[in-house]
Amino acid sequence: MTLSPAHVAGIDVGSTYTKAVLLDGNDEIVGKGLVKTGFRLAEAAERALALARAAAGVEPDDLAYVATTGYGRFQIPFRNVNVTDLTANARGARCLFPHTQTILDVGGQTMKASRLDERGKVRSFRLNDKCAAGTGAFLEKTARYMGFGTEEIGALAATSHSIVPISGVCAVFAESEVINHLSQGSSPADIMHGAIVSLVDRSLQLLRRVQMEPEFTLVGGILRFETMVRVIREKLGAGVNVPPGDLVQFTAALGAALLARHRWRKVNAAAETGALAG
Amino acid sequence: MAYSAGVDVGSTQTKAVILNEQREIISRSLIDTGANVVLAAENAYVAALRHGNIREEEVEYVVGTGYGRYKVTFGDTQITEISCHARGGVHMFPNTRTVVDMGGQDTKAIRVSPTGEVLDFCMNDKCAAGTGRFLGAAAAALEIPLSDLGPTALRAEKAVKISTTCTVFAESEVVSWLGKGKKIEDILLGVHQSIASRSLGLMRRVGVEPEVTFTGGVTRNIGMVTALNQLLGFPVNVSEEAHYMGALGAALFAMDRILSGRVPARENAA
Repeated sequence: MTLSPAHVAGIDVGSTYTKAVLLDGNDEIVGKGLVKTGFRLAEAAERALALARAAAGVEPDDLAYVATTGYGRFQIPFRNVNVTDLTANARGARCLFPHTQTILDVGGQTMKASRLDERGKVRSFRLNDKCAAGTGAFLEKTARYMGFGTEEIGALAATSHSIVPISGVCAVFAESEVINHLSQGSSPADIMHGAIVSLVDRSLQLLRRVQMEPEFTLVGGILRFETMVRVIREKLGAGVNVPPGDLVQFTAALGAALLARHRWRKVNAAAETGALAG
Repeated sequence: MAYSAGVDVGSTQTKAVILNEQREIISRSLIDTGANVVLAAENAYVAALRHGNIREEEVEYVVGTGYGRYKVTFGDTQITEISCHARGGVHMFPNTRTVVDMGGQDTKAIRVSPTGEVLDFCMNDKCAAGTGRFLGAAAAALEIPLSDLGPTALRAEKAVKISTTCTVFAESEVVSWLGKGKKIEDILLGVHQSIASRSLGLMRRVGVEPEVTFTGGVTRNIGMVTALNQLLGFPVNVSEEAHYMGALGAALFAMDRILSGRVPARENAA
């Protein structure tokens, strides 16, 4: 006897946000949830999952398997399995864009470039998690120095007409640079644009070190800013994929959910074989 | 009586010092630099003049130093803060061989000769880790005033090891340790030790030769002084004027020029 296909979930516990994706028996996304991570990681994961379940109307008992990923993946007691965010992103990106060769993931506190092999496994990767100048925190800080919040970054940069060069060496030192530019009359939009260009330049360095090849798939919360995507497209040319809508933030969670499904099938197959043998 | 002045325009604070011909400090001032650097230099200078009851024309030579030294529009010349801290350090403590200057945005290790010349130096010009800003970030994250950081750290029982290098990430690390129930005292001791160990790294690159004189705004933090002493294994020199050391060095150079008669225009007038 086979079990009816059940719901599975992937939860990506990132440094800034926790994302959950719920898949139905046909591996369709039926619910998503996003919450601020804070420092109670298990609570954040529960809340994100609860939001996803509420969106899909799925009861806790209907959930067959949960995979966690992201930096907080080990701290979630109700997980069935955990996978690295590189693996989860690779799975998610290949699901959305089957020709993905290279993935760039820009999050709040990390930036990662990874190169996939033909089977979609991670062949090599490089990451920056030591210095905020190479992560989304750089844009957040730049925005904050000018009195804008993170959610305003996208709209602000979209109104830029030219680029004010920002050195992007240190997110703290950027403050004096930003203040100097403001006092010289540069617009916040153009400064934000400059900060984005500087972040993209850093990401290209990482991409080169993994021997990037198209197609590229861009993921992570920072790619929800359209200017970021546009600047990367200008630098990389054709073959740049971006998951539609808010999926760009949920790619790792989606990948984790797909891996949860894979694992769940294996576990069930093993149980079934065991039952038959018994 | 001729006076000289040094104006040290730092990233965070601007300091001015006025000396008499005996190289005694007649007046000093300290203000926040803020966004308008030219104005900060002027305001600090005017405050020092007023405080010492000295007229501008009595000051024969002004040296600007610090990152904003070229914004000291009334200055006669500019000298790097590295030379000025070395000069000030050796003036206050003649046996100084190493100066460690910890400011709002940078930390410098300077090796000096017995006469106060700069032999070698090293600084973190790329990254704010290990500077006063790291303390500022911790203070903001823990919501306590900067002046309480040091005394609080001294009450610690066991330091919490801070693993992040970047000042931006350290802020979140501090918050997460707090969330895990660590005591503020212990977290702060870890923060001070982390900065001290980064500055020791800089000092090692120029060679740590005693005596070590500690200068810059962070000298006011007793926790930092203690952490450096423990890490070095001997006490650093901290002058009452440590915060003004760059401005003092600048004023000393200015007085040199006055006394050696290198102020042509004003000499003619006299």
